Parts: sequence; structure tokens; C-alpha cells
Amino acid sequence: MPVDQYNLPDDRGHFGQFGGIFVAETLIPALAELKAAYEAAQNDPEFRAEFEYELAHYVGRPSPIYHAKRWSNLLGGAQIYLKREDLNHTGAHKINNCIGQAMLARRMSKPRVIAETGAGQHGVATATVAARYGMECVVYMGSEDVKRQAANVYRMKLLGATVIPVESGSKTLKDALNEAMRDWVTNVGNTFYIIGTVAGPHPYPMMVRDFQSVIGRECIPQMSALAGRQPDQVIACVGGGSNAMGIFYDYIPHTEVKLVGVEAAGHGIDSGKHAASLTAGRPGVLHGNRTYLLQDANGQIIETHSISAGLDYPGVGPEHAWLKDSGRAEYVTVTDDEALAAFHDLCRYEGIIPALESSHALAYAARLAPTLAKDTILLVSLSGRGDKDMHTVAEKSGIQF
Amino acid sequence: MSRIAAKFAELKSQQRKALIPFITAGDPEPGQTLPLMRALVDGGADIIELGVPFSDPMADGPTIQRASERALAYGISLKIVMGMVREFRKGDATTPVVLMGYANPVEAYGVEAFAADAAAAGVDGVLIVDYPPEECGEFSRVMKAAGIDPIFLLAPTSVESRFTDVAQLGSGYIYYVSLKGVTGAATIDTDEVAQRIPSIRAKVGMPVGVGFGIRDAASAARIARVADAVVIGSKIIETIEQAPAGTAAERVTAFLRQVRTAMDKETRS
Repeated sequence: MPVDQYNLPDDRGHFGQFGGIFVAETLIPALAELKAAYEAAQNDPEFRAEFEYELAHYVGRPSPIYHAKRWSNLLGGAQIYLKREDLNHTGAHKINNCIGQAMLARRMSKPRVIAETGAGQHGVATATVAARYGMECVVYMGSEDVKRQAANVYRMKLLGATVIPVESGSKTLKDALNEAMRDWVTNVGNTFYIIGTVAGPHPYPMMVRDFQSVIGRECIPQMSALAGRQPDQVIACVGGGSNAMGIFYDYIPHTEVKLVGVEAAGHGIDSGKHAASLTAGRPGVLHGNRTYLLQDANGQIIETHSISAGLDYPGVGPEHAWLKDSGRAEYVTVTDDEALAAFHDLCRYEGIIPALESSHALAYAARLAPTLAKDTILLVSLSGRGDKDMHTVAEKSGIQF
Repeated sequence: MSRIAAKFAELKSQQRKALIPFITAGDPEPGQTLPLMRALVDGGADIIELGVPFSDPMADGPTIQRASERALAYGISLKIVMGMVREFRKGDATTPVVLMGYANPVEAYGVEAFAADAAAAGVDGVLIVDYPPEECGEFSRVMKAAGIDPIFLLAPTSVESRFTDVAQLGSGYIYYVSLKGVTGAATIDTDEVAQRIPSIRAKVGMPVGVGFGIRDAASAARIARVADAVVIGSKIIETIEQAPAGTAAERVTAFLRQVRTAMDKETRS
């Protein structure tokens, strides 16, 4: 398919061989209902206007683009521009999608929303919108993550959500996702499942991308105004891949703009302790879609590692799988240590504390910039702020609070 | 005629309904799977559903997930499960075996290779929980070509167009999931099932088994009155879990015998 006519997914949610609806029959009607409701909402000018209003007045959009001149000069090559999703309400891009889905839940008369969360960012964003719209909110979180992310668990509780620790499997994000699916299939009549990334069964990957695509849509006029042209490369971190799809989507037809997704290499790809599904995985079926997965020879999903909990997931959104195979986007990896170094650099040279997830995209830009001419432009998605990562970073530096 | 079709024909002539227990291969440890399969047959099983363990069993409740985790701790793979069926076949040429599991282990093995090896091992049917009809036209064709029945789920929430889809792609029997939720969840609503089964059977043109939420002889008997088969999973896994060491097989046989007796009394009276 020529990317200037890009119109994926198809009606059944396929991005080429990826995506689809791989769920038990019990969930099929719920997904059909969601798909119909989402299509109706998309075609409803009132829904779109309200979404725009909420993004402007509740989230604080548009988020600015900032030219990181000092850091760019120190690196001595390309100019790095940052799309400041960290300045959104709740401190990350996650809220864009949560507002859209919560509005849809209200439209579908579902008074209860559920979510899964790893580090707690999507859980906090979901709890936030549930409070905003007066909905009951239940968040599933692996019991290991509950221990590691006590502050976010408390945030969710402050916002009125119930946090349920999940004890099964590896007790992390993928197990929380399994448990949320089970809740949904049991309580489908009154419950809306707010998925936080561009994965899961159709229509989730498309719907989450659409809600997040505001990121890239804003960038195009902003870059024209700020730099007089579009960037040479757009760089974003990829776990499930929602901030990356959000910033990539409107750039897909702009074939002169290179799209680069940065996966978490953890302790290094060769160590086996990483979360780089596109780089080191094989296509398979998990959590409702076909995509690249980290799996063993027998098709069992393997445990992943990243210093960034938000990237610590064995799958990836199916649209990224398509973008990789089609060659429209390139996927690279950055280790824990490289991400940490970029984290510190942005703190020290630009006065911005980035999320560890976003630090992976920053680290790749920092690796690339010195090799490029000074008039090259790299646009990096600064998907979230790093307040939530204080503990992790301090611990790495041998500091205890 | 396939083993599954032959079994349903035989049962029909006897005015009996099929009893289909489920166990997870390799649970609680690999050496017990063959004795447990034989114990199921001794207890009156007509067809055995053998679970292929998966790391992320989204459609199952905690009981079957625990069984899956115990089996995976022993490294039970799809290949090993097919080996177990091959062993079982050496002593039992007639009881159909249906493998039940998730798509990813099958895709990792390769669909064509799986079909060939499963058929050679003596597998009669395959139920892939996360392969709804819209995603598995090709899979279904490959299974049928290998002489394996692709078995599909229907749910209380399924609209009528789904009946036609599974009728086209499926064979052997239809597995009607009797309640919303995951395996082992709540208790079955037999009235709802009684209402739905006749129209489903008429539409799909094959036997309809009912599962999810059947936990004792009484509920099994009530379901046997209206359905063609009764599937019991979580309750059997719990029986295995709770059995003192060395007694799982006899406990399972004893439990199934009660169910069998109650079902036959119901359908032959």
C-alpha cells in the first residue's frame, strides 16, 4: 500500500497480517458494541467538539514544542526539538486517550470503568477521568508493581479508584491485563475497559491511536511555525506504542520524515533481559491481536525487563508491527544505562525531568545527533515527566529517601 | 466417521449424553496425566478435553490458570502434550481427545505441522479459545483436511449470525459457554441454557455441549436433559488439587461416576 493513501486498519482491524480480534467468543459481542459506538461517536460533531474542549481546557493542549538548543549544542550536531507531552495534566500523553474512552463509556451508558496498569501511569490517568466523569473505577495492577509503585497506588486511591493487586503469573503488567480482561468478560453489561495502549483486539489499537493522534496533528503546524519545516526524523519510545503511534500517525504520509521507534534493550538484547518485541520478537497472538511478541520456542510469553515500567511489556501494538515490516518506520533499541544517561542530561542541561520511558527516545536522539549536520532536525516525543521515576533513578545512584 | 461423530452417534442410540471432563496436560505433574486420562474414562468420560498450558490464559479463571502454571513449571509444551495423547492412544483407541488451548503455542509450532502431528498422535478435535471464526478460516480448513474437528465456542451473548459462522467452520460439536465470565466462575443458569440450546442445535446442525459453571452431579444432570454434552473443567482441577498424594486419579473417577450416574438417570428416565 502506498503510504500516502494509508488507511489501515481494515474493517476487521487488520494491519496487513497484524492486529485482528483474537478473543474468546464471550468478548466478541462486547467488541462489536464498542466498534459500533466508536464509529457513531467519531461521526458525531458534538462528540468531537467535546473531546477537543476537554483536551484544551482539562489537559491543557496543545502541548508546546520546545527547541532544546543547549543540549543540541552540547551534542554538537542535529537540532533536537521536544514535543512536551510531559506538560499535560497528569504528566503524560496517557490522558488524551483516557478522556476519549471515558467519554465513549458515558455515551454507551457504562457507569463502571476498568483498566490495567504497569507503573501506574495509565491507572492514574484512568482514575483521573473516572473522577472527572463520576464513574466507578477499578484498576488491576500486578502485586509486584503495587509494591514498586506505592506513590501511584496512593494517587489512584486519592482519585477514588479501587486498586486490585494481581497475584497470578509474573505479577506484572501482562497479568494485570489478563485480569482486566476477565473482569470485562464477567461484567460486560455495565463495564467499559479502558485500554491504555495501541494493542488489544480491534477496535482498541485504532481507537487509541486516533485519540493519541492529536500529538502528531499538533506537531505539523507547530514545526512549520517554529522551524519553518517538518523534522527529518520523528523519534518516540515504544512499549505498547501509544505515544509513538500518536506522534507518527499524521506523519505517515510525509514520506520525507523518517519515523523511528525506540524499544527498551534493558540490560542489552544479548542478555535476554529486555523488552524489545519488534527487534527481538516473532509474530504471534496475545491479548487479542497478532503482533511481534517476546516468546520462547514453544510459544510461551517470556518475562521482560526494562528500567522503565511503561516499556516493560512482551508485545507491541500491531500497527507498529506493520510499520516495521512495511519499512515505513524503523525500530532501534536503547539500554537501561543509555536511557539513564539521557535522563540525567535532560535534567542538567535543559531543566526538564523526563520519564524513563521518554528517556529511551532521548537517548537515541543523543546517540544520533552528533553524527548529523547542524541543520538536521530531530523531533522527540517527550511523552511524560519523570517525577514518578524518582525512586528508580535514586536507587540506581545508590540514594535512599 | 470421526471418533467424535461415532461417539455422539453411539450415545444417541443409548439415550445418553456425552460427559466431557477437562484436565490440563502436565498438571499437577507430567507423570500423572496418563493415569488421570484413564481415570476419567473409568469414571465415565465419553470425550476428554486436554488443556494445553499457556502462560497467559485470559479466558480461564484462577483454577485453570493455576493448573497451567503448574504444568509450565515442568516445561510442558504442545509437542509434549501430543506425545501424551500418543501414549494414551496405545491403550485406548476409541475415546476422543480434544486439545484445548490458546493460539500462540499452535502458531509457534506451525499450523500445518501441528495438524499433521496432532492427527498422527490421535488427536480428534482442537478448540483454540482465542481463535474466533473471523480469524481462523485457514486454520479450520487445515484442521479438517487433517481429519481433526475444529471446535468453536458460542456464548449467551452470541448473536444469531455467529451460529452460521461456527456451523460453516466447525465440526464435531459446539461448546456453549453457559455463563458470562471465565472458567470456574459462578454457577450455571440452567433455565437460560434450556431456552437457548434447541435453537442453537437447529442452526449449527451438530451436537451442542455446555460448559462453564457445572460443578456437581445435580447441575450436570439438569444440563444433560437439554444439551448433548456436559463439560466439566474447574471442578475436576480442584478435585485433583485437593486430593492427598497418590489419590487424585481415584478421586476424579469417583467424582465423575456420581456425575455419570446422575446424567444417565436423567436422560433415560
